[in-house]
Amino acid sequence: MRYVTVFLIGALFGLGIVISGMGNPAKVLNFFDLAGTFDPSLIFVMAGALCVAVPGYALIFRRRQKPVFGETFVLPKAKLVDRKLVGGSAVFGIGWGIAGFCPGAAIPALGLGQSSALIFVVALLAGIGIARTVINADFFGTTQKTAR
Amino acid sequence: MTEFTPLMSFAGGLLIGLSALTLMLFWGRIAGMTAILGGILPPLDRDWAWKATFLAGAILAPAALTLAGVKVDFDVPVPLAALIVGGVVTGIGVTFGSGCTSGHGICGLARFSKRSAVATVTFMVFAFITTYLIRHVFGGF
Repeated sequence: MRYVTVFLIGALFGLGIVISGMGNPAKVLNFFDLAGTFDPSLIFVMAGALCVAVPGYALIFRRRQKPVFGETFVLPKAKLVDRKLVGGSAVFGIGWGIAGFCPGAAIPALGLGQSSALIFVVALLAGIGIARTVINADFFGTTQKTAR
Repeated sequence: MTEFTPLMSFAGGLLIGLSALTLMLFWGRIAGMTAILGGILPPLDRDWAWKATFLAGAILAPAALTLAGVKVDFDVPVPLAALIVGGVVTGIGVTFGSGCTSGHGICGLARFSKRSAVATVTFMVFAFITTYLIRHVFGGF
């Protein structure tokens, strides 16, 4: 039963992505192209999502001590805005501007049977693997920051 | 050009928000694709099973939509090399940045995380700059 709910929750996510246009790289890149073929649609995706998630989270955290399945709400503990967060996010923005896919959009696009999404996801997984190797090797001496 | 679709985009956004909300309510987890995807890579996370199930739902629902004959607009206006380079760069960025559009941009903002606000502004600004440079300085793909 628990796994049925998470399957349906994933399905909601996938449907939301493809219905919203987030899963369409042409639309995403036009959203970023302020000086050209600008399509502002995607701002409505974030607006719609936050319309539900902001009051929803607030209500859940106020009314409940723990989730339906599980003992505790698992929330990120990091509080510090560091170079790793900002640098990583900047690099992600560059990648997003190059390909037009973000991770959450490429996964549902796989379901549309698009080979370009598959190519992107394989490259994405390779990138995650490379970054983990670098982080684990403590290449930048950031162990203490990652541990936080 | 792509068609301006405020209603469909808002409706899709509502579903994404509902997904984030229900995942927190039932499982107590953030609906962040970076962490979910990272969790099914070796070495598997201890709790990889729900992550794999979430991914299955996220892939199979659009597949069902397609099988039902619903036409979804999809176009990739970049060459193969850009998909590969963009994918690798994105993977590196989201791993160092501890999240992407779903984790920081939706879930993080929804719980008023300062880290997520900074991350979201940063990746949006860099995506705008990158697209501007590619399309209007270097002449596009």
